[in-house]
Amino acid sequence: MGNWYRVGAEQDLGTPLVAGESLITLSVDGMEISVPEGTSIMRAAALAGTNIPKLCATEDLEPFGSCRLCLVQIEGRPGYPASCTTEVSEGMAVRTQSPRLAELRRNVMELYISDHPLDCLTCPTNGDCELQDMAGAVGLREVRYGYEGKNHLDKTKDESAPYFTFDASKCILCSRCVRACEEQQGTFALTIDNRGFDSQIVASQNDAFDQSECVSCGACVKACPTATLTEKSIIALGQPDRATVTTCAYCGVGCSFRAEMQGDQLVRMTPNRDGHANHGHACVKGRFAFGYATHDDRITAPMIRDSINDVWQEVSWEQALSFAASRMQAIQSTYGRKSIGGITSSRCTNEEVFVVQKFIRAAMGNNNVDTCARVCHSPTGYGLKTTLGESAGTQTFDSVMQADTIMVIGANPTAAHPVFGSMMKRRLRQGAKLIVIDPRATDLVDSPHVRADQHLQLRPGTNVAVINALGHVIISEGLEDKAFIQQRCEVDAYEIWRQFIAREENSPETLEPVTGVPAAQIRAAARNYASVPNGAIYYGLGVTEHSQGSTMVMGIANLAMATGNLGREGVGVNPLRGQNNVQGSCDMGSFPHELPGYRHLSDLATRTQFEKAWGVKLDAEPGYRIPNMFDAAVDGEFKGLYIQGEDMAQSDPDTQHVQAALSAMECVIVQDLFLNETAKYAHVFLPGSSFLEKDGTFTNAERRISPVRKVMQPLAGMAEWEVTCALSTAMGYPMSYQHPSEIMDEIAQLTPTFSGVSYELLDELGSIQWPCNEHAPNGTPMMHVDEFVRGKGFFAPTPYVPTDERSNNKYPLLLTTGRILSQYNVGAQTRRTENMAFHAEDVLEIHPSDAEVRGITDGAWVGIKSRAGETVLRADITTRVQAGVVYTTFHHPESGANVVTTDNSDWATNCPEYKVTAVQAYPVSNPSEWQEMFSKFHAEQGNFLDQRKRKKPVTTQS
Amino acid sequence: MTTRVYVPSDSTAISLGADAVAVALQDLPCDLEIIRNGSRGLHWLEPLLEIDTPAGRIGFAETKAADIADLFANGAPAIDHPNCLGLVEEHAYLKPQHRLTSARIGLISPCSLDHYRSLDGFAGLEKARNMTADDIVQVVTDSGLRGRGGAAFPTGIKWRTVLDAPAEKKYIVCNADEGDSGTFVDRLIMECDPYCLIEGMLIAGLAVGANEGFIYCRAEYPLAITTLQRAIDTATEAGYLEGFSLQVRKAAGAYICGEETALLESLEGKRGLVRFRPPLPAIEGLFGKPTVVNNVISLASIPIILAKGADHYRDFGSGRSRGTLTVQLAGNIRRGGLVEVPFGLTLRQLLEDFGGGTASGRPIKAVQAGGPLGAYIPADHFDTAMDYETFKDIGAMLGHGGLVVFDDSADLGHMARFAMEFCALESCGKCTPCRIGSVRGVEVIDKIRSGEQPDDNRILLQDLCQTMIDGSLCALGGMAPFPVQSVMKHFPDEL
Repeated sequence: MGNWYRVGAEQDLGTPLVAGESLITLSVDGMEISVPEGTSIMRAAALAGTNIPKLCATEDLEPFGSCRLCLVQIEGRPGYPASCTTEVSEGMAVRTQSPRLAELRRNVMELYISDHPLDCLTCPTNGDCELQDMAGAVGLREVRYGYEGKNHLDKTKDESAPYFTFDASKCILCSRCVRACEEQQGTFALTIDNRGFDSQIVASQNDAFDQSECVSCGACVKACPTATLTEKSIIALGQPDRATVTTCAYCGVGCSFRAEMQGDQLVRMTPNRDGHANHGHACVKGRFAFGYATHDDRITAPMIRDSINDVWQEVSWEQALSFAASRMQAIQSTYGRKSIGGITSSRCTNEEVFVVQKFIRAAMGNNNVDTCARVCHSPTGYGLKTTLGESAGTQTFDSVMQADTIMVIGANPTAAHPVFGSMMKRRLRQGAKLIVIDPRATDLVDSPHVRADQHLQLRPGTNVAVINALGHVIISEGLEDKAFIQQRCEVDAYEIWRQFIAREENSPETLEPVTGVPAAQIRAAARNYASVPNGAIYYGLGVTEHSQGSTMVMGIANLAMATGNLGREGVGVNPLRGQNNVQGSCDMGSFPHELPGYRHLSDLATRTQFEKAWGVKLDAEPGYRIPNMFDAAVDGEFKGLYIQGEDMAQSDPDTQHVQAALSAMECVIVQDLFLNETAKYAHVFLPGSSFLEKDGTFTNAERRISPVRKVMQPLAGMAEWEVTCALSTAMGYPMSYQHPSEIMDEIAQLTPTFSGVSYELLDELGSIQWPCNEHAPNGTPMMHVDEFVRGKGFFAPTPYVPTDERSNNKYPLLLTTGRILSQYNVGAQTRRTENMAFHAEDVLEIHPSDAEVRGITDGAWVGIKSRAGETVLRADITTRVQAGVVYTTFHHPESGANVVTTDNSDWATNCPEYKVTAVQAYPVSNPSEWQEMFSKFHAEQGNFLDQRKRKKPVTTQS
Repeated sequence: MTTRVYVPSDSTAISLGADAVAVALQDLPCDLEIIRNGSRGLHWLEPLLEIDTPAGRIGFAETKAADIADLFANGAPAIDHPNCLGLVEEHAYLKPQHRLTSARIGLISPCSLDHYRSLDGFAGLEKARNMTADDIVQVVTDSGLRGRGGAAFPTGIKWRTVLDAPAEKKYIVCNADEGDSGTFVDRLIMECDPYCLIEGMLIAGLAVGANEGFIYCRAEYPLAITTLQRAIDTATEAGYLEGFSLQVRKAAGAYICGEETALLESLEGKRGLVRFRPPLPAIEGLFGKPTVVNNVISLASIPIILAKGADHYRDFGSGRSRGTLTVQLAGNIRRGGLVEVPFGLTLRQLLEDFGGGTASGRPIKAVQAGGPLGAYIPADHFDTAMDYETFKDIGAMLGHGGLVVFDDSADLGHMARFAMEFCALESCGKCTPCRIGSVRGVEVIDKIRSGEQPDDNRILLQDLCQTMIDGSLCALGGMAPFPVQSVMKHFPDEL
């Protein structure tokens, strides 16, 4: 109701949608309306067109009944029930207006205003205040109590949180913030202290917000009907004048937002209630951390240089593109057609990814295209395609609300997929059981009102042993779903798997010494998952980034098939994809062996289709994967690389090898918002555009294609898709589209799973889950319903093979890496926001016993060395990690987390084994040699940028 | 020959020196059997020492430890001692009472199962065990019992709702957060006859299909809590609680936690915040399960209803108020204590015949009935019959049966202010009319009393009272204006 009266704003029906079975008919002020059973009078009235005044009620939260503004009269009932908490009943006759109701509401409002500062004109939410709206709605004209009575006007303002302020003097105690923190976010950081008139909202134990458990998701700020909780951006800039619905550019949840603008300035990002992935919720990144998009570090003019030892030179787009094209062409003529390639970006739009792979296949004439999914979810593609037939998650996010047991493997959703993590927590609070398989005690293991029934705290690298042990228990205890297997799966393959899994070598007891997980816990978890109606599996990079990543994905699919947990709501196998468009970048043909829609190059019909459409002959041979590109570069065979929106020099493993490969190339073209680590090795820098500067689509972890909409002009004049087309044209293969919608039309035309997708349909439906075609004209929320995409489900045997990377005397600890909530991936975006206040540096989590024997103290510098390299971080001594395991994040380049990780990778897909590196840790007093080198190189490259030869500044002043 | 001596052990008697009396008795060289009984509820006579004689139990009022040696100088107390009351059961205060619910208080040693059984204890439970749930509920319905916590909702209908609610788990919750001013009967039951409450809860469990119960007992009643715990332990050991888990929980120390939905929140470990209704606790109560929430007296009345039948209980009372009311006389009263009588006696009978007028000897000016949210009743209404409907007709309520007496020196304007002040102090803060309204109420009354625009402010006060009554979420804000309005109506000179 924040924008109750404002045109184009979200309407707030006051109480949540209820999925009642039967329809109830009632009359509201004489008007008949039918609503589902269980609906509130308030919602029914709003649907009938009558907005009953309200303050504590909002559609996003369960009814509370505290403000007493929404009182109504019901024929035949005494008193004045609150319309938010009273459910409709058949034949009920409700009056929302009468002289007594008007008087009551005015008197209640009079009480509110007797304890409220009268500074509306200078108040930050002037024009967007429900209290103000309601005072108007009830016709309050005087406050007979005066303003000298007891009040809260002298309360101080808490400005400690980076993005919003808390002004208790404006609080009306509606509890919407507290309830949002509980119901939507599930953090329980806010509470009400004291009682009666002394009641006040406090964070944690009456702490300052920045010292509290608050995670700055912004749910409380959105819920607040007054200026008590207000975005600092609104305080600084005032109210927006328009809003455009778009999709967040952070993680794979793909939250829908309203980008609220003043001219071309982004004032606020507000989660969209109609967002199909997020339903009005958000996290600290999407909600607040958008300052990077207009950060001073943005490079907005193309730059070139001869060698990486040169100062950069700003040039026009034409010059840059012709420089890049001629260099690439020269390389090809010297070293051969296959000596160049490109990387698509999981942060760019589907349309941009599509044109990059098209450019590589058609203009470069080879298949040297890969994407960052190589280093994250490529095993998902392989494993799910092999077993189920489609390399994507099986469910919608909403499906988790029907799960009875949730198994989370190698994923930390409350940090990496926070909005989905909140939804999962909501289901857990409703009573679903939880199994966490993770070497670390993540937030889900034990947090307010959520506790894992089983936490299988395995040793890093033993995933497959654990999944096999779970399968063993299911088979040996007869917990499998025989009918499902018989009906839906290849019975011969199942029989082979069954015999394999039943072997004693896979029993939890035999594997206990390997995994470190007590057999009884494994048995309990297997029963927990297999014996409920709906068991759902969610997994992350803790599954894929291993030498047996693909095996583990297949093991997960086996487990789901064996228990019949596929093909309906509440079940499934769900990879939590890392980046905003990693699903999309994979869908769009970013892999060297696959054309868009996961169709193998070797398939003549498919290839012919593309050749016809694109008017070129396509190479039938798969190209290089990223690690092959690096190896070939070091070997001198691969010389030119076009990298769109990826920072391999920070994100890929074995940094020193990556640096050597990049240094060995003759033309590295980086297209990015910032001069990232990789760009320091580049010869051409093409400025990128933020998600606010272009139209397009992102595809999230539930295969949901959502619109990205341009709310401001590209700072550099062109969006990526335009630049790629221009580069292709410069290299002799002309590409031109007037609008990204034309690219989507081409995708639809060439890709059977996308054939129904169009911008028109997206506008109509809001978002679409692929496949979307003649069989599913509005998309496919749930996959594998009646049969698997591959027909019958395939059980692949999954023998456990220990990784070569194991601890020994020299490297006695196992390092595993991950993410935290406030920073995103390599940090290029979040490090350029106030999120730095939450996490200014990467630290090494180490168990107290490991720290003690090494003389490492909390907060002290600690060296970490592997066979690949060495770096130095501060120690964080914690029992979140088990003894023998250390953990860090890779959000800051100078941390060098990936200097330590090795070149080990998944046997099937080359996905790096980030999650297991044998290391030693020891106290140090200086940065590592690599860090010294990094800092020198960083300073030098910084100078090359600072001293860049500028074009004449374009000025609008005369 | 051993002489049996009874020394009361409830909080009132102990606070007046009963424990010291017991010690002094122990030190006597006489052959005494000292029994710590409960109190009979004749508070102005405590510590009330009783001696077993062949004729019955003889009472000695206001016994002090220092008097003991003297009293027993001849081996047995002298009947002609000035403090001797004669046979206690013949006492003019007790004799006219109809003690159904409080039948055993003061007679027995609170935690003695033998004592309890010897006076019909568990007779109701035994009957209930041979009845269907439906029949038990029917008996309770037929008895006409209504909630004694104050709301007077028919207990049988409440139980029927819980019985009919389909759920695997149901609860019996006893509201023992007795916080109304001038009330103490819940405490007397818990401290003096705890098995009676336990038996009532067991029968309630059988009636609605609940196997778990909680007694949410006022934090300021430590003795009640320990007595209940001892009784539960003893009854459990004796097998009475088989199949039923019963726990005592110490309340959170807030008046609002006596409101049944706030009580449930508190029992669940949360802030004592009022819930909106519906859903009724009978449908979605403790932990979201169907729950019987009954006051101590309601539950303690169940055993005798089952034991003696619905008719026996229903035959007492008047109009739609059936059975007995446990009236508690307090405030400025000569003979404060418990008076259990059938509904229908007049207020005057209670105040004068039982209470004997004010302690100060001055005329009674007003009586506040039904706790701090009850109306102030002026003397010209003292002939009103004490039943729910008749009281409602004069704008008052019986509530939990407490009567607080004020003599003619009382400043009722100040008492009206206190009603708002009490509401402000005890408001949970959830709903606006109560949270802010009560504070403004105090301020407006202060303005009136200091002569600041008294006419306008009287209108505002009336307006505020009506807003709180119509708009509040629960009875705290909804009833706090009653004492204010009653003063404005009956004592217009004082506000």
